Order: sequence, then structure tokens, then C-alpha cells
Amino acid sequence: MDDVVIRADGLTKKFGGFTAVDHITFEVGKGEIFGFLGANGAGKTTAMRMLCGLSHPTSGSGTVAGYDISKDQEKIKANIGYMSQKFSLYEDLKVWENMRLFGGIYGMKESDIKEKTDRILDNLGFSGERDTLVRDLPLGWKQKLAFSVSIFHSPKIVFLDEPTGGVDPKTRRQFWEMIYQAVHDGITVFVTTHYMDEAEYCDRVSIMVDGRIEALDSPRNLKRQTCSETMGEVFRKFARKATRSAD
Amino acid sequence: MLKFLLEKEFKQMFRNSFLPRMILFLPVMMLVIMPWAANQEIKNIKLSVVDNDNSTYSQRLVNKVIASGYFILEDVSSSVGEALRSIESGKADIILDIEPEFEKNLMGTGMASVMISANAVNGTKGGLGSGYLAAIMADFTDDIATDLGLNAGKDVAPSIEIVPHNLYNTYMDYKVFMVPALVVMLLTMLTGFLPALNIVGEKEAGTIEQMNVTPVRRITFILGKLIPYWAIGFVILSICFLLAAFMYGIKPVGSLLTIYLYASVYILVVSGLGLVISNYSDTMQQAMFVMFFFMLILILLSGLFTPVTSMPGWAQLIAKVNPLSYFIQVMRSVYLKGSGIGQLLPQLVALSVFALAFNLWAILSYRKSG
Repeated sequence: MDDVVIRADGLTKKFGGFTAVDHITFEVGKGEIFGFLGANGAGKTTAMRMLCGLSHPTSGSGTVAGYDISKDQEKIKANIGYMSQKFSLYEDLKVWENMRLFGGIYGMKESDIKEKTDRILDNLGFSGERDTLVRDLPLGWKQKLAFSVSIFHSPKIVFLDEPTGGVDPKTRRQFWEMIYQAVHDGITVFVTTHYMDEAEYCDRVSIMVDGRIEALDSPRNLKRQTCSETMGEVFRKFARKATRSAD
Repeated sequence: MLKFLLEKEFKQMFRNSFLPRMILFLPVMMLVIMPWAANQEIKNIKLSVVDNDNSTYSQRLVNKVIASGYFILEDVSSSVGEALRSIESGKADIILDIEPEFEKNLMGTGMASVMISANAVNGTKGGLGSGYLAAIMADFTDDIATDLGLNAGKDVAPSIEIVPHNLYNTYMDYKVFMVPALVVMLLTMLTGFLPALNIVGEKEAGTIEQMNVTPVRRITFILGKLIPYWAIGFVILSICFLLAAFMYGIKPVGSLLTIYLYASVYILVVSGLGLVISNYSDTMQQAMFVMFFFMLILILLSGLFTPVTSMPGWAQLIAKVNPLSYFIQVMRSVYLKGSGIGQLLPQLVALSVFALAFNLWAILSYRKSG
């Protein structure tokens, strides 16, 4: 990993007396799929929001796409894509209108927007739904659309917050194919999940418990270190250990 | 970038099943119904007559009072006590008590007396009612005098007659006062409440998150929110002008363009306030109540319905920092007096300062990261 695109150094976020994210330090290289694992409330979303420039860190520092997360938030935003946990495209706009809106906001040219919309809808087998209002789409399709919109402007990095939550296994499979395609196109993927089978698809994963990163390595190394068969086992071992220490 | 945001806002607006209808129907309903209903002219005063004389002339007096159109003869009582009871029960508003020797005194001395008692719980109604009655009475004595030739050949003491000459609203038509006020109120409510609910609505839907993670500039985002309401304001204003002209024949003496110019600044003021409130609110309910609070102050302390000059000092101070009071001044001056920008320069400056301040505040209070 010669090219580091995300770097966090002692990144901390406190809400009053509660430390949501506690001195996390890691690096993500260009073209990686970096899995950010953790139970609900472990601080994954808070950490991701700091990296995306949606939230100011309480202490610590970090860079995303070469820009400081405390100072150059708007520059970071021009270089990343983001898909939030809660579906947040405009439900009262059509599929193509959502693509056009966000393409336009990121400063893409009209002709590029048109061409890319056609191509993406075609790849997804979505062309028939081009004029469908987003609110009428089934959940799995909404998620795929949200991902397509988040990488529509060809960002350097895309942040995905539990992108496959509540989606059936078949759609999850398709979703990961889309992620691989994005990596193939040169996009670095930072993804949070609590599906352990998805963790296996990542190049490296970090396991976050109670705001701290407890483990960080490739799935294979983590399994070997903890003598586990699956990532699920690895996760349970770390989670159990940390819960005890937190008591 | 702004183009895409505007496209989105307009599409959302027209796709909303409720909004375009409200923008169209609210002004129509308000202007068609309200000027007839919300009327400060006192009419239909319920009259109780105590006719102790029961003569031709007392009858003639009662008929004259009824014929004025302001009074409804509610009952004829045999005594003042009975009449008072009908006031207490709410059946009557005013008592006309005619003395027993009314006709005789009138014929004999040319002087007779009646007593007017008014229920002043509603002060305006009581005051105006007895005023009307007194005026009718004076008119009546004049009639009688002419009839009987009492004035003929007699040296009439020179009397001063006051002939009111009302400037600008010559016939004291209440609608001329009311319609511009209604237009201002409509414009204020629609272009105030809609933006107040907009940004916070995106917060509730979660879509603001997707917007905040883009490099969209804050000023662009706020302009994207502001401009659609600006356009809506012009639509509302035009509907109101058409209705006022065709339904009531109320056309501004001055130029419509002057009103459009001031309205274009005024809408920015109210929408800016709405956006500020939206930025600080977490739920639509909260935004709604806060906006309602300000709306009431804006409307009641503006001179829209009650004159600012009769308010206590502290209220007049509030009216001074109330953008609505400047706009209503403009509306009335242009509609009734035909004033132009030359006479209304202070108002233009004041409204522009408000517009600038609120929208700057709206941009600054829109936070893309917490």
C-alpha cells in the first residue's frame, strides 16, 4: 500500500461525557475494500461521519483524499461518495432525477450526466424503472440506486454505512458485485457492516468495540490469530473480550 | 449547481398533491370570503325600542332608525326595565327610550328627548351604535322642523355643520381597507410557513444528510430554497391583484410595479425568517409552532388591522422592527394614495436591510457538519 487515501490518528469524538469514538488510528490504502466492523452503538457511524466531513472530531486528526478532516471538510466532500444507513435519496423524485440532481451538484456536465445515467441504468437492468418515483421502488433496488448515486460522480473514496441492512441475500450478493466493480474502476471502498459473511469479502477489516478498534488485519490473518473458522467467530471473540473489559 | 437544486425544488413542489392547490385556493378563498365577513363596519345592531308615547311622530322616528339600515328592530318593550333585560339576555344591543310626551313636546316647543342606552361590552359596537342613533336623531329633528315650517321666517341660530371629507377612501368602504391587508397576510403566511417547513422536512426525511455530504455551497443551497418561494409569492400576489380588481373593483391608484418591487424584497424577508427557523428546528412540529409565534406578533403588531399610532409605546417599538408594518404601509399608500418609490424610500431601505439580515442568518445557520 504505497498510496494512503484515508488516515486516522487518535481520532476521538465525545458527546458530553460519552466517548463515542475513542482514539482510533488506522490507514486505508488506495483501491482497498476496508471493512469497518462493530456491534450497534460501537461508534462506526460516528467515526465514518467524521471522515466524511459531517462531524467535527473532538480530538485527534485525520486526512481523507489528502485533505485534513478538521479543516478541509468541503474539499473532502468533493472527493468522496457517501451512502448513509438510512435511505436518503429523494423519494418524490424519479430514478433519473436523483442521478441528475447529485451529478449536477458535484459539478458534472449535462452530457456526462445523461450518458452515465443511461450506462448505469443499463448495467443494473434498471432502464425500465428510469421514470419510476424512488418511493415506489422495493428496498433492495433503493439500496442499489443509493450506491449508484454515491459513486455517480466517480469519487476517489466511497463510504458505505451498513449498505445491505435489511436486504435479502441475493440482493446482497449483487450489491457486493457492484462494490467489486467500483473497486475495479479505481474507487476505494470504506464499508461498515455487521454481516460477518460480508467481512470475508473485504481486503482488511477493523473490529470496533465500545469506540475503540480492537483488531485490524486481513480476514485470513484475523482468523489465524484467533484460531477461528469464520469471521463470525473472530468477531464474537473480540466482542466478548471487550465487553468484559468494559464492565 | 443552483440550476439542479431549483429543478429539484420545483419538481418536488409540483409533485406534492397538496401544495399547489393550497397556493391557489388559499388566496382565492380568503379574498372571496373574508372581505365580506371580517368587517369592522358596525351593522345589524339589535335595537330594543321603548315607545312610551306611541304617537305618529314616535312611530316615524322608529321607522327612520330602521330605514337607516344599521339597526334591526329586535323588540318593542313596554318599559326600560324590560328592555334592559333583553340587553342582559343578549337579545338587544341598544335601547331607544322615547319619553311619554314626545310628540306633544316636539309640537309645542320643538324640543323632545329620547334616551339611548348601549351595551358597551363590545365597545366599538356600543359607541358606534349610539353615535349612529344620535346622528339619525339630529337628522330627524331637521326633517320635522322643515315639515312644520318651523325654520321658515325664523331666525335660525347659525349652526356649524361638519361635513366629513374622507381622503383616499372617500366612501369609507371597509373593503378598500381590508383587501390590501388580506393580501399582505396571505403573502406573509404562505411565503413564511412553506420555507419554515422545508429544510426541517428534509431533516426528518434524512435527505439533508445526502446533501450535506456533497460539496454544495451553503449560499447555493439556501438560494435553492429561497427562489422557489419567491416565485410562489409572485403567483400569490398576482392572483390577489386579479381578484381584488375583478371582484371588488379595487385597483391600486399607484403603480402595480411599485408593489411588485416591494413585494419582491418583502418575500425574501419572510422566507428568510422561515429558513432561519427551519435551520434551528429538529422537527416540523417545532418549526410550525415557532413560526406561528412569530406570525402572530408580525401580524398583530404591524398596523394591519389596528393602527400602530394607537398602540402603547413598547408595541410601537416592536412595530418599528416589524417588516410587515413597512410592507403594509407600502401597500396602503400605493393602493389608496398612489405613492411611488420616491415617497416610500425609507420602507425600501428598511425592507432591504431585513431581507439581507435574515438571509445572511439563514446561510450562516445552515450547518453542513456538526
